[in-house]
Amino acid sequence: MARIIAGVSSSHVPAIGAAIDNHRTNEPYWQRVFRGFERSKEWIAKAKPDVVIGVYNDHASAFSVEIIPTFALGTATEFGIADEGWGPRPVPVVKGHPELASHIAQSVILDEFDLTLCNKMEVDHGLTVPLNLMFGSPQEWPCPVIPLAVNVVQFPPPTGNRCFNLGRAIRKAVESYPEDLKVVIFGTGGMSHQISGPRAGLINSKFDHAFLDNLTKNPKKLAQMSHMEYMREAGAEGVEMVMWLIMRGALDEQVDEIYRFYTVPASNTAVGHIILENRRRVAGKAKPSPASKKPAAKIKRAAAGQKVHRIRS
Amino acid sequence: MATAKSKAEKEYDDIPGTFVFDAERSRQGYHLNMFCMSLMKAENRKAFKENEAKYLDKFPLTPEQREAILKREYNRMLELGGNIYFTAKLGATDGHAFQHLAAVMTGSSQQAYADMMLNGGRSVEGNRSKSGGDQPKPAKAKAGKPTSKSKGKKRG
Ligand SMILES: [Fe+2]
Repeated sequence: MARIIAGVSSSHVPAIGAAIDNHRTNEPYWQRVFRGFERSKEWIAKAKPDVVIGVYNDHASAFSVEIIPTFALGTATEFGIADEGWGPRPVPVVKGHPELASHIAQSVILDEFDLTLCNKMEVDHGLTVPLNLMFGSPQEWPCPVIPLAVNVVQFPPPTGNRCFNLGRAIRKAVESYPEDLKVVIFGTGGMSHQISGPRAGLINSKFDHAFLDNLTKNPKKLAQMSHMEYMREAGAEGVEMVMWLIMRGALDEQVDEIYRFYTVPASNTAVGHIILENRRRVAGKAKPSPASKKPAAKIKRAAAGQKVHRIRS
Repeated sequence: MATAKSKAEKEYDDIPGTFVFDAERSRQGYHLNMFCMSLMKAENRKAFKENEAKYLDKFPLTPEQREAILKREYNRMLELGGNIYFTAKLGATDGHAFQHLAAVMTGSSQQAYADMMLNGGRSVEGNRSKSGGDQPKPAKAKAGKPTSKSKGKKRG
């Protein structure tokens, strides 16, 4: 059977993609950001997922204001790279996993989550930036990716609780898929930021750290947070952090926090990143060996407030 | 317009310096946003730059929306139903980095805005609420208190 072995959350700031595309990753400003993902790349190379489920939001690329689906699951064989106004990002086309995607669609819709299904959808930086952060810039992405686009552009996005429960339904769907597949789920966006209006530039690191703490230890509580609180405390666009709860809902109640990174800013946004592993997966090939985790503990903080946990397995 | 009343009732109008893009604004700003969306195509960007007023004639904008676009009044666009992910495409068409728009919207120079971000961004203190002071909401406890003191090295 297929199973979800881990969850990864990460910001998907467009400027990070631009820094990659314009070969500016060696500038000190950007090194501060990219260094935070070096160990993550090692981790995922060892975890070797067969499939990634990528939870992200579209930013007026595939969806305009004509049609605004709350949850849109990509069931296509592949997903083109959107032209966001200056040509498509020079990244590989995203290959899907239509069989698993259709299976998830069927399972979660019958579980009363009324998804929109997309047999054709272009994907934007929301999905491709986290793929770069975790996989670097390969010729081809190392595994199929199932995109799940969440509306966070037009208020209201789905509630955190709804997202958390959708994550649970996705997990159930994955676990009822007969093929032996290792799945990693990405929740992306955030952390605190506001990019619109006179309050633009808002950052709330205290909120972000509490969010990361609760994501690991107390996700059900976190799922009760209102949109008002997200917007007040973490900025109008910070509300997109509800997407992280889909990732979290798809994991065990008790998870191991493998790695965490936090830095301010990337452009207008606080960058946050966390890797959570499910614990009870002993059937051989799932978990990276403890040795693969050790280096994470030694990572130096690249910015104030950043911290790293290593968990005994 | 019948919108004034319902707008006044929206809790999020209490957040200072913020235009929340909800269904009502989405309807109001539909053509403004679709104009912005059209700028994703190179030929449209070119046509717009060649004759802005003529290009805008293709979209049934209100006079206010039209003026805001021509004058690049980014806050006004948001107020009139624009969404930042869409209006950012106008900024990009002008060849501006996003921080230029942010500087315009916050009434600062691009350098001052960039410096503010490098120094950790705009503090939430004093920026939570138009009305009742600036108390972190009681609901905060729901999300768990900021647990800066419990930054343990391990879990479990
Ligand atoms: Fe986003």
